[in-house]
Amino acid sequence: MTVPNLVGAGLIVIGAGIGLGQIGGKAMEGIARQPEATGKIQTAMIIIAALLEGLAFGALFLGK
Amino acid sequence: MEQLINDFSPGLFIMQSILMLVVIFLMVKFAWKPIVSSLEEREEGIKKALESAEQAKAEMQNISSANEQLMKEAREEREQLMKEARDTKLKLIADAEEAAQEESAKIVAKAKVSIELEKKEALAQIKREAAQLSVALAEKILKAELSAPAKNAEHIDKLLKEVSLKS
Amino acid sequence: MKPRRSTLSALYFTLLVAFLPLDLQAFSFNDFGDKSSAQQEEGAVDTQEKISAYIEHHIKDAHDFHLFSYNDAEGQRKHVGFALPVIVYTSQGVRAFMSSAFHHDDSGQYVVEKDGVSLVKYHEKIYELNEKEVHLVFDASHHPENAHAVLDLSITKSVFGFLLVSMLLLIGFRSLANQYKKRSVPIGFGRVLEPLVLYVRDEIAKPNIGEKHYKRFTGFLLTVFFFIWASNLLGLTPLGFNITGQLAVTFTLALFTFIITQFSGNKDYWKHIFWMPGVPAPMKVILAPIELLGTITKPFSLMIRLFANISAGHIVVMSLISIAIIMKSSMGVVGATALSFALSFFLTLIELLVAFLQAYIFTMLSALFIGMAVQEHDHH
Repeated sequence: MTVPNLVGAGLIVIGAGIGLGQIGGKAMEGIARQPEATGKIQTAMIIIAALLEGLAFGALFLGK
Repeated sequence: MEQLINDFSPGLFIMQSILMLVVIFLMVKFAWKPIVSSLEEREEGIKKALESAEQAKAEMQNISSANEQLMKEAREEREQLMKEARDTKLKLIADAEEAAQEESAKIVAKAKVSIELEKKEALAQIKREAAQLSVALAEKILKAELSAPAKNAEHIDKLLKEVSLKS
Repeated sequence: MKPRRSTLSALYFTLLVAFLPLDLQAFSFNDFGDKSSAQQEEGAVDTQEKISAYIEHHIKDAHDFHLFSYNDAEGQRKHVGFALPVIVYTSQGVRAFMSSAFHHDDSGQYVVEKDGVSLVKYHEKIYELNEKEVHLVFDASHHPENAHAVLDLSITKSVFGFLLVSMLLLIGFRSLANQYKKRSVPIGFGRVLEPLVLYVRDEIAKPNIGEKHYKRFTGFLLTVFFFIWASNLLGLTPLGFNITGQLAVTFTLALFTFIITQFSGNKDYWKHIFWMPGVPAPMKVILAPIELLGTITKPFSLMIRLFANISAGHIVVMSLISIAIIMKSSMGVVGATALSFALSFFLTLIELLVAFLQAYIFTMLSALFIGMAVQEHDHH
């Protein structure tokens, strides 16, 4: 792995981390506000997180 | 990306595709179809059982309400009957009273009539008795008069005169 | 109940034994010359380079089933495991032999002669030497120069693992299916499997595809779900399987989703791709290629996600385990082992969750994509 590759991977991880933090944080807020909707929020959260994860992994492997 | 493509094994892909097709086919045929159909059957059974329970409940309710209805009707009928009986009784009493009154009135009327008749009879009898008495009296008087012929003659004359005058 | 369970476990055991190959052996190898490739060096895997080469090797598919290696009394490296059949389609036709013919060589040095074809194995890929060549020669970037790759239809470790998983699934769910003939509520192991089937059907297939169409796709979704989950879990055992960490395997799975999605797409689906309703005409022209690309990137992300998650999981767990070896000098045997154990223990727990989560995500998104293709839009 070359240095630009590593920098790119770092950027991807930073971006994905921010995104995942947003998803998780907002989901927590949602659950705190409406505990009865926990199941639905969790499902949606996992799906969005998975989509983000796919994006991040795709970018990582494109740069590999 | 290059490494990814390098790592990709076409042979494994072909094997995997063939095996996956076979496995999906086998699983669908031997596992999922019977499992899912039995699950659906069971769910259907549960649903039906619930429905029939609900129906039975409704029927029970219907029956009890019908019973109540019957009870109510019976009560009403009884009341009706009792009322009718009471009415009949009252009517009977009233009728009887009326009949009795009528009867008594009739008896009284009859009695009055017979009293009248008796009275008339009695009066007629009295008249007859009086006539007989007067005849007897007259006979006696006449007998006595006849024993004094002068006076009689005079009297006859007088009567004759009157008769002739009248005619 | 008790005899049933024992028959079931007996069946599993018989299956495992039946799958053990015919030439189970511990075979030594000292007949290779190239020492440049780190993982091929004799002796224990004890340096950082060796460990990373070892991990990289593990992540790849393999042509033999290798359980562990040790040095015997004479200091010779012994490998315990068994060979798997190699089936290759060469320029001279199909050749089939056991992988033990390569004598555990993975550096392309040991040449196998099979009816006029010279085959070598280099980094778990089988190459056919060009005519009249006797040795594999590498170019500057370590690519084989005088050989070409052959179509490798071998029963590799992953194919073997796939067969194993399929057998276990078939036996497990067949027994569940048979239970329903006798009773409406299963007992024993079926009691574990039934809620899972119900979960996939009611929580994944039904809400994402819709009440009307979901029945057609439950078979596929259930198979994929349980295959991925069982493969992931098998990958966490010390047997060293990495089935769902193979790009070809996840590619196959994603391809199946892709094909099913495209073939079950209705008129509305295609209309939304090529001529998106409700947007101005110039936008439609711009949207069409994006949407068309979207149909490919969706299964592509499915493929990459599963592959990357499982590969990354394996790499991280193995790296944490190797802490015990690498840190031995600086932390002492007990310290390094304790640290390695604690970290890898917790990571394995997380990997257990990931094993389920990835199966769930893959099935869920497959159902979602299929649902997008079959759903009927309200005409506004």
